[in-house]
Amino acid sequence: MNSRGYHGEFGGAFIPEILTATFDQLVDAFEKAKNDPCFWEEYVDVMSTYSCRPTPLTFAGNLTNHFKGARIYIKREDLNHTGAHKANNVMGQGLLVKRMGKHRVIAETGAGQHGVATATMAARFGFRCSIYMGEVDVDRQRPNVFWMERLGAEVIPVKEGTRILKDAINEAFRDWVTNMDDTHYVLGTACGPHPFPEIVSYFQSIIGKEARDQIMECEGKLPSRIYACVGGGSNALGIFSGFLDDGVELVGVEAGGEGVDTGRHASRLASNAGSVGVAQGYKSYFLQDRDGQMEETHSVAAGLDYVGVSPILASHRERGRIRFEAATDSEVLDALSLTIKKEGLIPALESAHAFAQAFKETPELSRDHIILINQSGRGDKDIFTIAEAFSDPGWQKFIRKKGNEYGT
Amino acid sequence: MALETYLRNRLKKKDVLLMTHLVLGYPSLEDSFNIIEAMVEGGVDLMELQIPFTEPIADGPVIVRANQRALEGGATVGSCLHLAEHVVRTFDIPFLIMTYYNILFRYGVHDFASAMAERGLRGAIVPDLPPEEGKEYLEAMQKHDLAPILIFSPATSNDRMKYLDSFGKGFIYCVSRKGVTGADTNFSAELTSYLARCRSASRLPLAVGFGLKNKAHMEFLKGNADIAVIGSQIIRIMEQEGMAGIRNFIKRLR
Repeated sequence: MNSRGYHGEFGGAFIPEILTATFDQLVDAFEKAKNDPCFWEEYVDVMSTYSCRPTPLTFAGNLTNHFKGARIYIKREDLNHTGAHKANNVMGQGLLVKRMGKHRVIAETGAGQHGVATATMAARFGFRCSIYMGEVDVDRQRPNVFWMERLGAEVIPVKEGTRILKDAINEAFRDWVTNMDDTHYVLGTACGPHPFPEIVSYFQSIIGKEARDQIMECEGKLPSRIYACVGGGSNALGIFSGFLDDGVELVGVEAGGEGVDTGRHASRLASNAGSVGVAQGYKSYFLQDRDGQMEETHSVAAGLDYVGVSPILASHRERGRIRFEAATDSEVLDALSLTIKKEGLIPALESAHAFAQAFKETPELSRDHIILINQSGRGDKDIFTIAEAFSDPGWQKFIRKKGNEYGT
Repeated sequence: MALETYLRNRLKKKDVLLMTHLVLGYPSLEDSFNIIEAMVEGGVDLMELQIPFTEPIADGPVIVRANQRALEGGATVGSCLHLAEHVVRTFDIPFLIMTYYNILFRYGVHDFASAMAERGLRGAIVPDLPPEEGKEYLEAMQKHDLAPILIFSPATSNDRMKYLDSFGKGFIYCVSRKGVTGADTNFSAELTSYLARCRSASRLPLAVGFGLKNKAHMEFLKGNADIAVIGSQIIRIMEQEGMAGIRNFIKRLR
């Protein structure tokens, strides 16, 4: 491999020898696609006819009046097919798979969003599909498992390690080193070995391109700050990429879990808990112990519950281009409730992290300022998780009743 | 004596050498020592000692689980190196470290190489570190006169084999097939012709690993390669038959 995809000191491709040729092929296919002007057109066409692009920019008038600060706009990635920005990456990689002539796709999934999106793409493009999902996540995300299986994907519960997202990634790599001739690994976020961080942020950049045009059209000027939640980092890189060269302040919001001082969180860049390491094929910040063993993470939002973070974001932090903050589980639930009541919008728990941080800061800005929040996904599909997070008594009663109906 | 010279001398007496593998700390550090002792007594020629890591991406289920259990049992990099030092002083065969790059990176690559050299270890196998990412590692290994073991795979082109070989010392580790450790390997004409490709790309002894389980597999390597590597099968036997099983297994191989 000639290009190693470094961003400052972060990135690289720490891959077993058996995959070198496969990565060379992927780098080659991606470079050719990027240099083919028809490819981006084809991508935009797929996203506007199969998903809901361009997604709207919504002015949140009620929240703006509530906080009496900056004018709040929301980029509506929740209106994508399958309910999140994941569709952008997945459909784009699907087009690359067609170009490479492969017929099977595999993916990891945490909450199940990326798995469902990949299964949808596989059904649409006629690929065979296997999804690796930690056993812990399979148990708590049955609705998404149901949909993946309905869509024709095989869902393989991962019983190794901590049995969550990072272990699903390891297991997907193990499948790939066995079946790479006909199989493409659709990595779900801007992490992993080069060229995955580039590929994923390339397809997600459609968010930032649209958002920039939309805000210029309705306000005639750029926002002062943009907020996006950061798990692996793909939705954040997507929206930020449209504004990197401007003086816009970019804020990435990580999972503060029960608080960054409790050790139960997934804050790799905003807290002091993260340190530089090499795992899952790339060099970045990880939550690890002194020996370099990866530690357990926690977040109310499964999509942010990940031990590493995009090497591209790590380099932006190092250069001071992006500010990183963490929002705790309880702050996130408050922000979610408020957004639902004031705007009738239901952000995913992941996206609600961006809202929580924006709400902390918006009162300090005057009405001349604009802030933009990326609503990376919708929450109504997460009804089981959100109802549980709110300990909703009516919901619990309903589930018990349903359980009784199905018998024991 | 250089690792390669040791291997060449041994190869004058035996057609195929035997390298075994184990995960340090599984099932415990004490058991690891006993397993190593049993294997040395059985006639193993050299051994790779794996320092466990939470994300062993190139390993299959048997070794993955052993990594996990070892960590749960409290194995640390420090305790593994300590055991390695004890083992090297006790037994008169070469020992290598096998682990993933983050372990070296966090320890400090130069410090890690120096720690290996001080303890009399002879080299290292780091499956997630291609030479393109391993400049510092390769320099450190050279400085401490340690052998960086490079890896060939059936998907590696002839040109790339030559490139990898240019960094290799001691021997080349030839992965027998696609996939991870522990699954079955097809000992076929295809494997023979792949090993012939390896042979023409490197003048170093060739070790073959992944899926080797028995005497027949070792016999197959005669004339095609120099060292048989057995890993997952050792762990399986240890789990099923205990220490006596390992001793018998190694004897039957020799």
